[in-house]
Amino acid sequence: MKKTFPIKGMHCASCVGRIEKSLKKVSGISTATVNLATEQATVEYDPARVHDEHLSEAVSGAGYQAVLGGTELSSDQQQLERTKELQYLGRMVAMSLTLGGLILWGSFPGLMETAPLFLRQFWVQLILATPVQFWAGWGFYRATISALKHRSANMDTLVAIGTTMAFGYSTAVVFLPNLFKQLGIDPMPYFDVSTIIIGLILLGRYFEAKAKAGTSEAIKKLMSLQAKTARVVRAGKEVDIPIDQVAIGDIIRVRPGEKIPVDGVVSEGESSIDESMVTGESLPVEKTVGDTVVGSTINKTGSFLFRATKVGSETMLARIIKLVQEAQGSKAPIQRLADLVSSYFVPVVIMLAIATFVVWYVVGPSPALLYALLNAIAVLIIACPCAMGLATPTAIMVGTGKGAEHGVLIKDAKSLETAHKVKTVIFDKTGTLTKGKPEVTDVIVNQESRIKNQEALLQLAASIEKGSEHSLAEAIVKAAEEKKLTLSTVTTFKAIPGHGVEGIIDDKRIVFGNRRFMEKEHITIANASAQIESLENDGKTVMMLGAEKTLLGIIAVADVVKESAIDGLNALKKLGVEVAMITGDNTRTANAIGKRLGIARVLAEVLPDQKEAEVRKIQAEGKVVAMVGDGINDAPALAAADVGIAMGSGTDVAIEAADITLINQDLRSVAMAITLSKQTMRTIKQNLFWAFGYNIILIPVAMGILYPFFEILLNPILASVAMASSSVSVVTNSLLLKRKSI
Amino acid sequence: MVSSNLIVIIAGFTGIIFTYWFFFMKQDTEVIVTDAVDITVEGGYSPASIVLQKDKMTKITFLRKDPSPCLEEVVLSDFNIRKTLPLNQPVTIELTPRKTGEFPFSCGMNMFHGKIIVKD
Repeated sequence: MKKTFPIKGMHCASCVGRIEKSLKKVSGISTATVNLATEQATVEYDPARVHDEHLSEAVSGAGYQAVLGGTELSSDQQQLERTKELQYLGRMVAMSLTLGGLILWGSFPGLMETAPLFLRQFWVQLILATPVQFWAGWGFYRATISALKHRSANMDTLVAIGTTMAFGYSTAVVFLPNLFKQLGIDPMPYFDVSTIIIGLILLGRYFEAKAKAGTSEAIKKLMSLQAKTARVVRAGKEVDIPIDQVAIGDIIRVRPGEKIPVDGVVSEGESSIDESMVTGESLPVEKTVGDTVVGSTINKTGSFLFRATKVGSETMLARIIKLVQEAQGSKAPIQRLADLVSSYFVPVVIMLAIATFVVWYVVGPSPALLYALLNAIAVLIIACPCAMGLATPTAIMVGTGKGAEHGVLIKDAKSLETAHKVKTVIFDKTGTLTKGKPEVTDVIVNQESRIKNQEALLQLAASIEKGSEHSLAEAIVKAAEEKKLTLSTVTTFKAIPGHGVEGIIDDKRIVFGNRRFMEKEHITIANASAQIESLENDGKTVMMLGAEKTLLGIIAVADVVKESAIDGLNALKKLGVEVAMITGDNTRTANAIGKRLGIARVLAEVLPDQKEAEVRKIQAEGKVVAMVGDGINDAPALAAADVGIAMGSGTDVAIEAADITLINQDLRSVAMAITLSKQTMRTIKQNLFWAFGYNIILIPVAMGILYPFFEILLNPILASVAMASSSVSVVTNSLLLKRKSI
Repeated sequence: MVSSNLIVIIAGFTGIIFTYWFFFMKQDTEVIVTDAVDITVEGGYSPASIVLQKDKMTKITFLRKDPSPCLEEVVLSDFNIRKTLPLNQPVTIELTPRKTGEFPFSCGMNMFHGKIIVKD
């Protein structure tokens, strides 16, 4: 088996010998050659005995680095290569346009009179045009020759044929002027056409390359977020090691202002962390022992230790990058027509140019050869397949990249395309619209009791609930802890299923539970019944605290709505999107929450396995449906929806199930994703309209369709201006997407 | 003049037929790949048609030798892959096709084409 791979760190010819020698020492490698110019090694080896690690070890043993596996250049190297290419292109543009400008000065009617005499000499023009044609234009020839070998053609083919026709005709005029006179043609060369076309098309390519680099900026930004080193605790000491050597289970120190190197769980200390680069969330997040931290986010204040749980390609950042790359590699269904046209385009244009030549030669005005030639050249030059090819992918790249910057991960171009048609968004309630964890919402003291204030009531309730395992108890204890209340000791604690809990605090028997429990204990709740009912109508669970046959107070617990819910839902309504909520809760609770959130369509008492059917019911109404869920429990419903949106934390399950993942977990991002989709689709449509319209209108004009009516013909130089600007304008339009607010 | 017209018409007609035949009637030879394949990117892809086995991981290495910017990206849209191909730098893609069928790949602007044929 043969393999070629890049080598980093080579400087001179002696490096070649060193690496070759080192590679040949590996048993199983039969030949090894290293090329200094391309900085690559080629080895022939037995794949059963030699693996990538052996090659890597041999090269690093010689003091260099083999780029194996992904075999991709780093983004820095790619940037350097691109800069070099651009500089070369810039020089070629300058030369072509300078020489072309001089030729134009010496040959353009009305302008040539002001030019020095020598510039008007045809042979001087030939000398000036030759380097442009065969040096600056060499790229067109080389691409054409290799394409023709494969019986393919592209834009280079059109430029090469067009400019060669102009250059060849002009050269013939220089050497055989009398022949043209005999044919009744004024022997004037068209070197200005060949040179200026090459110059302008290269200029267009220069701007296009610069603009295209901007379309993949988001990925570059994400890649640059990766930390380079990590401060790992090894054998009791803190040492800095390269990021690729961090292993799962390593304890890592992060100091204030530092980047968190990999994903993990805080094991000591606390801090606030800026996660905006990954989640788009601008406010720093407080982290303490047991909380997860995400690699490449920035530690703001405290110093802490964390245990690495995900490294390398498993980290959240790596997965986000992979997802965005995959989305940018996917094709939007809207692209199909452009793909079909562009795959036939160039050969068809060549055939049209031949037809143009024939028609003008046979039925055109005198001098027929000249008209036939210039119009055929104009057809070849005006045709721009690039604009069609760039119209959709550049917009998709900018759109998906912009989404990622805001914490909205789009799985593929198809999802981005479908999202703009969404008419109904169904939200799962628990964990999506609400936090999924009950919280204490109301603490009401019975004024007729001996309880002094809310804190005292909460302290008593939390003390008695401390021993309970009920999820509502957890909410009450947490609320007390947040208020830093000291809990009392409870003796003879007892949980009474379906009623509540009881225990003795300071020799007093305290009961805490529902209405039924109070009745059983003969505690009258009549004076609080209106409040209790009102809280229950709001979808809250109400618990009562009593002692010595007296009601001490009531505590309401509810799964609270996320802060971003109201804004998120309003943003969707503004977009004209219907909002629905789906939940397993009973109708009263569901309606109460629906009312609070302003959701008219509430689908209550839906069991998890029925959610998918509910999605299909709404689809059957002819609506394009987006389903928003947590991505784990709702996977079938997300898959059934036209667009599945997961409020995920970047877990594989969530990303797999969803078309769009909101890693910022912000409900406002649902409307943001739809807006982004609308903007991207608008840009794609504008691009396609421009790219198709441009070719559909200007190719017939170049063929001379307007000539019989208005005597209008397209000058080949103007054709090259239009052509050069068309693909640049498409890419620029895609880049404008970045500036739009979502 | 009439005779030159006739020559131009015949030559033009022949040119159009030839262009059609040359670009649209070509047949790519299929290369059966077992573990890995190197595809040279120069005026197109060679080999342009590769046959892969379903559910088997195959390494496809693209080496772009053609400086034309048209070929600087390769797109395997059925596999959600878009890769930049730096000049003279091999770029390897690992592919495990899960479905049988023909999956085209192309340059970023869809002018050069190849295809991956996945068989059982």
